[in-house]
Amino acid sequence: MFNVFKYVLFDLLRSKWSIVYTLFYVLSSSALLYFANSSTSAVAGLMNIVLFITPLVSLLLGVIYFYQNRDFAELLLAQPIRRTQYFLGNYLGLITALIANLLVGIGLPALLISNETTAFTELSILILSGVLLTLIFSALALLITLLNENRIKGFGYAIIIWLFFAVIYDGLFLMLLLYFNDYPLETFALVGVILNPMDLCRVLILLQLDLSALMGFTGAVFQQYFGSTFGFVTALTSGLVWVALPLAFLIKKGNTKDF
Amino acid sequence: MVIELSNIKKDFGKHKVLKGVDLSFSEGKIYSILGPNGSGKTTLMKSILGLVKPSSGAITVCGKDAINDFKQREFIGYAPQIARFPENLTVNEVIKLVTSIRKQPSNPDPLIQLFEIDSFRTQRLKNLSGGTRQKVNLALSLMFDSKIYILDEPTSGLDPINRIRLKELLLDLKQQGKTILVTTHILHLAEQISDELIFLLEGKIKYSGPTEELMSMTSSENLEQAIAKLIQQQTEKEQAHV
Ligand SMILES: Nc1ncnc2c1ncn2[C@@H]1O[C@H](COP(=O)(O)OP(=O)(O)OP(=O)(O)O)[C@@H](O)[C@H]1O
Ligand SMILES: [Mg+2]
Repeated sequence: MFNVFKYVLFDLLRSKWSIVYTLFYVLSSSALLYFANSSTSAVAGLMNIVLFITPLVSLLLGVIYFYQNRDFAELLLAQPIRRTQYFLGNYLGLITALIANLLVGIGLPALLISNETTAFTELSILILSGVLLTLIFSALALLITLLNENRIKGFGYAIIIWLFFAVIYDGLFLMLLLYFNDYPLETFALVGVILNPMDLCRVLILLQLDLSALMGFTGAVFQQYFGSTFGFVTALTSGLVWVALPLAFLIKKGNTKDF
Repeated sequence: MVIELSNIKKDFGKHKVLKGVDLSFSEGKIYSILGPNGSGKTTLMKSILGLVKPSSGAITVCGKDAINDFKQREFIGYAPQIARFPENLTVNEVIKLVTSIRKQPSNPDPLIQLFEIDSFRTQRLKNLSGGTRQKVNLALSLMFDSKIYILDEPTSGLDPINRIRLKELLLDLKQQGKTILVTTHILHLAEQISDELIFLLEGKIKYSGPTEELMSMTSSENLEQAIAKLIQQQTEKEQAHV
């Protein structure tokens, strides 16, 4: 597994996509940290970028890259290596490369531009959310490529998944909230957030920034719930379940697939 | 027996590709698997490697389960019909990659010399000609000291000189006690190198046994004739059925 991982990691780190992605974060975080009037508003601005871009890049780059590797899967799977090790090697290589890009892209400007008002805890939570989103959406990307031999379709699913969580989900969620407004909304809202990894990360960051007041009634509920250690642990656990489920499904499907 | 298949069936959806194949392969022999396009030769080879998962049946390689385990691949060098590589790597880099994943000592130099691809070692795979790619494919599968070599259309894309080199190499490996499975559509090559022939037609074994036996059984002078007769028998049987 380690050798597959090593190959994938270095292959990705050398690729132009990796450089473009890092530069994108370097530029946007430098600009925000430099020009924003407060560290908190810089993090809030960066939050929106991280929440949308990290899943998009993980999905698209993941799908493109795994399809490219699919071409010579036969060469590697004809060697004495477990399929599980092969898939996990691919996955770990991708997430390590993407996380390295993220850390350098946000961490480096933050360290260089930092001053006594820089909110490092808030930045850390932001990066942690980015890492979590990378883990989740890379797993989904690998699952998509495994289940779809047709690349155009796979690519389409990646975009649909992103659109669903980034745009459609919130609309649906609001409509349901309005429709069921006779029922107790707290649990409903909590479950709604846990089922969407992007929302989950947004809530975590907003609570840390103490901007939950902006979120009105639901904000109060989240403050009460996620503000506690128990809430934080629940959020993190649900994030990890989001990673584990696609991976488990992937390993099951991967073991019966014909190459 | 080095490899044993019992009652192997494989369907891709509704399409039944292998319909109950029983075969065994022993040490120090060359087997040619023959059959028309789409008859299931590649599927059969990939099943032995665990790349394709049979719908039912059992396969053992050197006594190890080849369907659910992966250890059998330690004993097999495999050259796929269509070689696909990480296109941005050089020949040297792909040799290193496969060696590191296989975790066995590899000895590519004699093969590189034999096929005269030394000057391509630092070139990227995407820039190689079809025949050169095939030589790299063969080198990757033959560079480990394996008990078994499974070569799917090894001569495809090779010029006549290299075809002869490959033929001699295979005969040499056989002398060392290796078990070799090849598929080919070049019947006179099959006739020259094989100890045993396997003729696959529509997912079933139509003939399996020594080359000479097939000739005498079908009272043919060469393999072309013998194969033509086997196919004719099958057609007649089908017509009688209708
Ligand atoms: N992954 C797959 N999914 C669906 N059908 C497949 C798959 N792999 C092979 N087949 C089908 O199985 C049949 C046998 O294919 P196979 O590649 O084993 O034939 P072959 O004997 O090697 O042919 P050729 O001489 O052309 O190489 C073909 O009809 C092919 O379309
Ligand atoms: Mg074939």
